Amino acid sequence: MQKTILPLLAGAALVLTAVSASAATLDDVKGKGTLQCGVSQGLPGFSNPDSQGNWSGLDVDTCKAIAAAVFGDASKAAFTPLSAKERFTALQSGEVDVLTRNTTWTMSRDTDLGLNFAGVNYYDGQGFMVRKDLGVSSALELSGASVCTNTGTTTELNVADYFRKNDMDYEVVAFEKADEVVAAYDAGRCDVYTTDQSGLYAQKLKLANPDDHIILPEIISKEPLGPAVRQGDDQWFSVVKWTLFALINAEELGVTQANVDEMKTSDNPAVKRLLGTEGSFGESIGLGADWAANAIKAVGNYGEMYDRNVGPDTELGIDRGLNKLWSDGGIQYAPPVR
Amino acid sequence: MAVQDALPGRVGSGGFAALNDQRVRGAIFQVLLVIGIISFGWWIIHNTAANLRAQGIGFGFDILFDSAGFQINQALIEYQETSSYVRVYFVGLINTLVVSFIGILLATLIGFIVGIARLSTNWVVAKAAYVYIEILRNIPLLLQIFIWYFAVLRLLPPKREAIDLGPLGLLNIAGWYAPKVIYGPGFPIMLSALIFGIVATFIIRRWAYKRQMATGEQFPVLWTGLALIIAVPIVSWFAVGILMKGAPLSLEYASEGNFGPRGGARVYPEFIGLLFALSFYTASFIAEIVRAGILAVAHGQTEAAYSLGLRPGHTLRLVVVPQAMRVIVPPLTSQYLNLTKNSSLAVAIAYPDLVSVFAGTALNQTGRAVEFILVTMATYLVISLVTSAFMNWYNSSVALVER
Repeated sequence: MQKTILPLLAGAALVLTAVSASAATLDDVKGKGTLQCGVSQGLPGFSNPDSQGNWSGLDVDTCKAIAAAVFGDASKAAFTPLSAKERFTALQSGEVDVLTRNTTWTMSRDTDLGLNFAGVNYYDGQGFMVRKDLGVSSALELSGASVCTNTGTTTELNVADYFRKNDMDYEVVAFEKADEVVAAYDAGRCDVYTTDQSGLYAQKLKLANPDDHIILPEIISKEPLGPAVRQGDDQWFSVVKWTLFALINAEELGVTQANVDEMKTSDNPAVKRLLGTEGSFGESIGLGADWAANAIKAVGNYGEMYDRNVGPDTELGIDRGLNKLWSDGGIQYAPPVR
Repeated sequence: MAVQDALPGRVGSGGFAALNDQRVRGAIFQVLLVIGIISFGWWIIHNTAANLRAQGIGFGFDILFDSAGFQINQALIEYQETSSYVRVYFVGLINTLVVSFIGILLATLIGFIVGIARLSTNWVVAKAAYVYIEILRNIPLLLQIFIWYFAVLRLLPPKREAIDLGPLGLLNIAGWYAPKVIYGPGFPIMLSALIFGIVATFIIRRWAYKRQMATGEQFPVLWTGLALIIAVPIVSWFAVGILMKGAPLSLEYASEGNFGPRGGARVYPEFIGLLFALSFYTASFIAEIVRAGILAVAHGQTEAAYSLGLRPGHTLRLVVVPQAMRVIVPPLTSQYLNLTKNSSLAVAIAYPDLVSVFAGTALNQTGRAVEFILVTMATYLVISLVTSAFMNWYNSSVALVER
């Protein structure tokens, strides 16, 4: 209930609040002493609370890195769980400072919704999961199936495009919360569960018998997931964007959570610039010189974040694939700090 | 506002005399209030516009004509992914109205039965009704929706092992696959026969009433009416069937598909869950209203009816209920409005009502919160006002006629 009225409240906030939320987010964040991040309502590997209410995941680490870059302290990050439907209004209305919630970067969101995407922290694509006993081996055999999905997502639009393009009919059942989608799929209300492939791996763990389900090979869309901020605040946009770039650059330069302090004395000028021992890159975005060093100290570099949360050694066990660095055959690439 | 003359002793004490006049003061306060409301409204509009501009979000209703791009499972009018948001609006609105309308009928029926049962002299019946009311009205509606949807969902068999309801179709976890009605060539003739039967029944009823008032003779309206409404269409059915070589109506059942049954008229479990939750919940309130209404009719009325020789059934129908309706109708109206507005909880179980598909999915895909919420609020306002107007009309028709 509270969740369903939230977009309305956020809409009301848009109507009632004074024009301030968009002005200088960095000052607001510093002023209130916490960084409020919008996250999912529980997606293992990306943003998921444990039984004590501690959040973990790739998106959570992205948020913590930003908090560390701003405050030098990752514990200043606070999390607001948002449904797919609520997330944009929550960001627009200033309820959260940054949206680190497995959100696909699309043109309409970047323009009409008044958002700015600060980069991509996970290259994903939409897939399908079905029960093994249906004997389906390709998404092209899904004509006539009922499909469970999340409302208010690109997923919902992609699946409509895909079935229409391939001239297949289907019945969609769109829930607001990911947990409800999984419950309905698990109960057999739907034949197919569709979301980003990383999400399928994560949600599969929540099913009663994970081994009875398979993820079909087709990837039907491009889903670059990344943090988003409000338009009209270039400084804050830069803070979020460059924190993410710093994490990716750190991996490329071999800076890790463990060696970040000793790397400050490195001879490599690129490392020195990143860690703030050369140049004044932190000051240029309104932060301290050791902004990137703090972020890396808090969560490690991008590769460490990936391996800890979604990599092959975790429960999810997702191969790095596209998310490898460009130098290793992937497409993760960050502009240089200089 | 009571109009009073200023106290005699204070009249004429300089230029402030006017302020002491209650009428003048009243007028001043009203003007101030109107100015306050207008400036508050202006501030809201201005502030919203400024906020939207500052965040680079557009404003305008032309977005409603863009193509929606998503699918909706229960669309009672033609709808495709390429349809516009306006179409989404009507699909959602119709879904809201359908579940509210059927919900109101069902809640009224259950509510009257339970409310009368609550007053039954049979101890078990009265207590059962009491327990029903106390449990249903004290559990939050959202919880009841979840219970109906997820409990009902899990009790039904999987898609490929549907329960065969015989002529009623199939039932499984994905809902009820009711037979779909296919209109044949002679359907208009049969429809006219049915309408003829209904109209004829009404005319006979008026004639019988007048005759009874005039002569006291009764006429079996019920049986004549049933015969007209049922027999006339059946006769026309066979006539049409023979003459036009094809039944005016035929039924199409769901067939076997790869993923369980396909086709037929689908009744989705989301609809069933929401309908049951809304009806049973609201019925518990209606039952109490009905009970209060019946108790409000003085016992002397019943005794008088009995002493005139009316049987208990007639006493209830002709003496008690017409008087009780005057007490029942006004609170019943607010229950109907509540049910309609509560139907927006549909979003919790994926029933595509107005809030779910229009103020939810469509809003989210476009990001235009202000426009979509405005349209949705206006729609609920209109639905509520129309319901109220209808119930007020009905109330005045059952109200005591004062001479």
